[in-house]
Amino acid sequence: MATPLKLKELSKKPDLLTHGHRMCAGCGAPIVVKMVLMASEYPLVASNATGCLEVSTCISEYTAWKIPWIHSAFENAAATISGVETMYRAWKKKGKITEKVKFIAFGGDGGTYDIGFQSLSGAMERGHDMVYICYDNGAYMNTGIQRSSATPRGADTTTSPVGSVVLGKIQRRKDLTRIMAAHNIPYVAQASPSHWLDLMKKVRKALDVDGPAFINILSPCNRGWRSKTDDAIALSKLAVETCYWPLYEIENGVTRITFKPKEKKPLEEFLKPQGRFKHMFAPGNEHLLKQLQEDIDMEWERLNKESSTEK
Amino acid sequence: MKKWNELVPGAIILDAGNAVQFKTGSWRAFRPQWTEENCIHCLFCWIYCPDMAVKTEDGKMTGFDYDYCKGCGICARECPGKKGKKAIVMVEEGK
Repeated sequence: MATPLKLKELSKKPDLLTHGHRMCAGCGAPIVVKMVLMASEYPLVASNATGCLEVSTCISEYTAWKIPWIHSAFENAAATISGVETMYRAWKKKGKITEKVKFIAFGGDGGTYDIGFQSLSGAMERGHDMVYICYDNGAYMNTGIQRSSATPRGADTTTSPVGSVVLGKIQRRKDLTRIMAAHNIPYVAQASPSHWLDLMKKVRKALDVDGPAFINILSPCNRGWRSKTDDAIALSKLAVETCYWPLYEIENGVTRITFKPKEKKPLEEFLKPQGRFKHMFAPGNEHLLKQLQEDIDMEWERLNKESSTEK
Repeated sequence: MKKWNELVPGAIILDAGNAVQFKTGSWRAFRPQWTEENCIHCLFCWIYCPDMAVKTEDGKMTGFDYDYCKGCGICARECPGKKGKKAIVMVEEGK
């Protein structure tokens, strides 16, 4: 019987990601990973793209993972796990293994949106029975906050610095969740650690699917976002409530918004605590704020049109 | 620290979860302090802790594992407390 998704019951399960990992204090990624692993009722095998999560959970001869875990390179987490999954299927056919095992690939936004994109796209198209989890912190945080295609427009990063001429990242962020949905895979979702129940339900759905699934999870980074160490959950909640990061799923082509804020908060509330958007609040830069708000409004409107069940 | 010739070939780690041997508690500048009377055992501190440093027993919060807590303060921030009184507050180390 599946463990009910109640904190009281879940807290009795052993941690599959142990303490002693070297992620920064207040990092969002280990929160995301622990929730993902906790939600699973299957034995798991994971691969991990290069990134903060990979380098900090497996240093030298120490690993924080209690499940079989493999790191190969930045660009091929999805390809690696699809190979492992194929071997598992072959072994199953030969009767070498009888247990039902599920496969997960973890990648940051750099290893998913940019560098690992071709291998992810390929694995999804080939239809491997796997779940790809992207923890999106919106830049290459591990190497020193370089912009990625997940970085929101206007954000100050080390490769899109705010100067007198250019004010942060010029381009709009890539909507990877929609790109993954365009692969016509059975399950695609977007989640946030602040809404842990919603996140875990989505992970369960993704794992139960017999085929590829993709979940994009927001993962605050206090170093890169230039915020405080204690606001990972508060910020991810604000991201959802301002509709910067809407929570939705696309199951067999049907879009459903899983959480609709009672009142859509102005984007400023999410941006203000983050130093990477500081320049947006300077006099004369109101247009940046307006543009980002317009981007978000447009996305939210489109999503509402596409979503079929919730009105 | 093992010498190179003592490592398992193929860079394989056979001891799953051996990162627990590395204690991260020394990173902490602020420590979370738990007041049991104000605790409603909602376990938000436990679910949101990035370092699995909140101890629970039989579905109830029982304290912190200071060997690993990095002092980020998420638990204190998310603690709803009881009647407006927080069950977790951050206090400066050494005070």
